[in-house]
Amino acid sequence: MEIIDILLAASFWEAAIRIATPLIFGVLGALICERAGVLNLGIEGIFTAGAMAGWMAVWLGAGLWGGVLVAALAGAFFGLIHAILTVPLGLSQHVSGIGVTLLATSLSYFTYRTALPDVSSPPRIEPFRPLDIPFLSDLPFIGQALFSQTAMTMLALVLVFVTGWVLYRTPLGLAIRAVGDNPSSVEAQGLSVYGLRIGAVVVGSSLMALGGAFLTMSAFDAFFFGMINGRGWVCIALTVFASWRPGKALIGALLFGAFDAFQVRLQTEVGAFLPSQVFLMMPYILSIIALIVVARKADYPKALLVPWFKGQR
Amino acid sequence: MSSAAHTPSETSQDLLLSLAGVTKRFGSLVANDAIDLTVHKGEIVALLGENGAGKTTLMNILFGHYVADEGTVTVAGRDGNLEQLEPGAPQAALDAGIGMVHQHFTLAENLTGLDNIVLGTEPIFRLRRDRSSARAKLGELMAGSGLNVDLDQPVYKLTVGEKQRVEILKALYRNARLLVLDEPTAVLTPQEADSLFAILRKLAATGLAVIIIAHKLAEVLAVSHRIAVLRGGAKVGELKTSDANHKSIAELMVGREVPASRRTPRAPGKPVITLADVTIDRGDSRRSLHGVNVTAREGEILGIAGVSGNGQAALAQLIAGLDKPDSGTVEIFGEKVTKFDAHTFAQNGIARIPEDRHHDGMVGSMTVAENIAIEDVRSAEYQKLGFLDFEAIRKRAEHAIADYDVRCPGPDAPARLLSGGNIQKLILARVLEKSPKLILANQPSRGLDVGAQSEVHRRLLEARESGAAIILISEDLDELLTISDQIAVIHAGHITPAMPTDSIDRSELGLMMAGQKAAPHAPDGTTTTKPGETA
Repeated sequence: MEIIDILLAASFWEAAIRIATPLIFGVLGALICERAGVLNLGIEGIFTAGAMAGWMAVWLGAGLWGGVLVAALAGAFFGLIHAILTVPLGLSQHVSGIGVTLLATSLSYFTYRTALPDVSSPPRIEPFRPLDIPFLSDLPFIGQALFSQTAMTMLALVLVFVTGWVLYRTPLGLAIRAVGDNPSSVEAQGLSVYGLRIGAVVVGSSLMALGGAFLTMSAFDAFFFGMINGRGWVCIALTVFASWRPGKALIGALLFGAFDAFQVRLQTEVGAFLPSQVFLMMPYILSIIALIVVARKADYPKALLVPWFKGQR
Repeated sequence: MSSAAHTPSETSQDLLLSLAGVTKRFGSLVANDAIDLTVHKGEIVALLGENGAGKTTLMNILFGHYVADEGTVTVAGRDGNLEQLEPGAPQAALDAGIGMVHQHFTLAENLTGLDNIVLGTEPIFRLRRDRSSARAKLGELMAGSGLNVDLDQPVYKLTVGEKQRVEILKALYRNARLLVLDEPTAVLTPQEADSLFAILRKLAATGLAVIIIAHKLAEVLAVSHRIAVLRGGAKVGELKTSDANHKSIAELMVGREVPASRRTPRAPGKPVITLADVTIDRGDSRRSLHGVNVTAREGEILGIAGVSGNGQAALAQLIAGLDKPDSGTVEIFGEKVTKFDAHTFAQNGIARIPEDRHHDGMVGSMTVAENIAIEDVRSAEYQKLGFLDFEAIRKRAEHAIADYDVRCPGPDAPARLLSGGNIQKLILARVLEKSPKLILANQPSRGLDVGAQSEVHRRLLEARESGAAIILISEDLDELLTISDQIAVIHAGHITPAMPTDSIDRSELGLMMAGQKAAPHAPDGTTTTKPGETA
C-alpha cells in the first residue's frame, strides 16, 4: 500500500527530521522560559529576527557559525526586552509577548528592506551542507534519515539532551523548576527570582532564534517575508503537548514534522480528488487533536503567567 | 498540656539575638515603635499580638526584607561575639543562622522535599548535584528531632503538617540557630499542633532558639518559655510563661478586657433546616457526603467539628443552595426543597458567612457600600424605578460601618483595602442585618485576632438570642466548645449525630475529628454514621 511505502522510505524520515528541527529549537526555548514561569509569545517574532539576522550576517560575509551566533544574540536581545517587561516590571506576559513578536517581525523586515531596497528576488547565501560523516552517513536507512542532516539539526538534537540534563541534573535546573512553581521558594533560599527568570527568558529566546536561523541558513538559503508562517505558535502548543519536558518536546516536534512530510507525499498520491489545502491543514488539525488528548491533564508550571514582586508574598 | 520542661539559662553568654530600639515607620504609621527583644539559646519566645500589631514587620526587619528606621539587630556569631546584622540583606540573615518558616509555605510543590531543602545551598553552576551528603545530614537531623517526612515525595503529595516539617528541615539544614515560625499552627489539626510543639521543645533542648509568632493563647502558654506582647507597634509587655495566664495575656494584647463569650441557656425552637439521609457523591471525600442527617433549630448553634477537607465544603455548598443531593431530602421549615439554587435558599432566610472571605465573601475591586448591597440588589430597598439607588446603598453602608465598627476609609473605599477582620465585620453586617432564619457560618473566625474573634462570637450569639439557627463549621475546638449548643463531627463525608456541648470531652472530640473514634450512640435513636467507615 502507498501509505506504508511512504512511511518506510528513508527520504520521508529525512524530511520529517528536517521539518522538525526549527520546532525542536523553538519548543526547547519556549519550555525553558515557561519552566521559569514566563510565557514567551515573542517566539514568532524572535524566529523571524533569528532568521533575518543569521542570514544577513552570512550574506555580509560572516561564517555560517558566526551567523548562528548573531542569530542567537538577536534572540537574546528580544528575549531581554520581554524579560524586563514581564519580570521586574510584571506586565502582562501575553501583551508583552505579542508586542515583542510585532516589534521583532517589523524590525526584521525593516532592516532587510533598508539593506536591500532594490532586490526583487532574495539574494542567496551558501547554507549549511548535509553532513557526510564517515561510516555513519553510509549506514542504510538511518544514514540518510539522520546522519545526512546538517550540523544545525545535530545541534538541535544535542540541545535536547543538554536542556534535559541542565533542568533535571544540575542545581541551576532545580532552581529554574522551582522558580516556575513558587518563586517564594527560591527567594527564601537566598537565590534571585529576577535573575533566574530573566536568564531563562534570554537563553530560551536565543534557542528560539536558532530555530529561525535554521530556516534561512540550513533548510533554505534566503530570507523571505512571511517565511516563519506560524512555526513559533506551533512551538507554544507543542510545549504544552510536551508537558514541559525536553524528551517529549523532541517527540512532539518529530510527530509534527512527520505529519507535515506525510501530507506532502500523500498529496501527490491522492491529490487528484482532494484540494491541496486539506493536506496543508492536516498537521495543524492533528496537533490540535493531540493537544486535546494531552493538554486536558497538562500540569502547567504553577507560577506561569503570575508576576512576582520582591518583598511581596 | 504541660508547660515546657526545659528552662534555659539566661546568662549573657547564651544571648543569641538582640533587637534594640527597632523602629519602622510607613508614612505616618509607626509599625514598630522602639522595640527591644532578646532571645537566648534554647529558648522558645512567643511573639504575641493582634493582626496589625507589628509582629510581621519586626520579623521582616530581622530577615532583611525591610530596613529599620532606627535601632539595631545584633546576632551572636558562631564564635560567640555579638555582631550587628547587616540591614536589608536576607542573605546576611541566612548566613547568621536565622531560619524562617512562613505562614504560607515557600515550597515548590513540583519538587521533592529533598530538592526543596537543597535548593540554593550548593553553587548554582555545576554539572551535577550531590545528593548523598545532603541525605546523610538530613537523616541525622530527622533522627535527632523527630521531624519525619518522606523526602523523596513531591511536595504536592505531602500533608500540610509534612510540608511544615520540610520547611523546618530546610532551616535546620542550613544550620539555623534561630528558627522563626509565623503562625505555625494556623493550618494544623490539634494533633499535628501538639506534635509540632513536642518537636520544638526537643529542638530547643538541643540549643536551638525559637521565636513563634502567634495569636492563639492556649498554644503560646503550652509551648513557650517567655512571652512578648506587641500592641499597636509597641512592646506592651514581656513575661515568663510560668507567670502568665490566659486572661492576663489576652488583656495585654487587646488593651482592654476581652468579654468572654458565654451562651445563656435557651430552649431551641422548631427545625429550620433538616437534611435527611443526604448523599452527595463527587468521587473524592473532600466534596462528598454519605447518608448525612443534620437538623438546625431556631435559637441554637450547631457546631460541625472537623479537620478541613472532610466534606465541609459539600455541606456548605448544599446548605447555601449551590449544590443538590444525589439522594436524600432537604427540608426548610418542614417543606421539602425541590429547587436547589442560591436565590431560593436566600429567599427562605438562609444567609452565609463563606469560608474564604476574600474570595467568596466580597468583590475586592468593588466599594464597601456595593459589597454590603451585593446580595440584595434585587430587593426594593436598593432600587428606585428599576435602577440601583446608590443613595440608599450608601446610607445603608454608613450604618453598617458604624454599627459593626468596620475600620475603613469610608463606604466608597474598595473592599480589598480592608484587613481580614474588617472584611469579616463587613460580611457579618451584610448577613445579620437581613435577620436571617439560618446562618451558615463556615470557619467564621479563622485567621482573626482575639478581638475580632470575640466580636464574631458575640454577633453570632446575638443572632442566636434573636432566634436564628446557626450552623457553625469550624476546626477550632475552643470556638466550638465556647459558643455551640450542640456539636456534630464530620469525617470523610460522614457526620455524627449532634451531641450536647456540655457532655463533650475535648480530647475525644479531637479523636473523632481524626476519625479514630466513633460517636457515642445517639440519644434520640437516629442512626449513627460511623466516622472512618469509608476512606
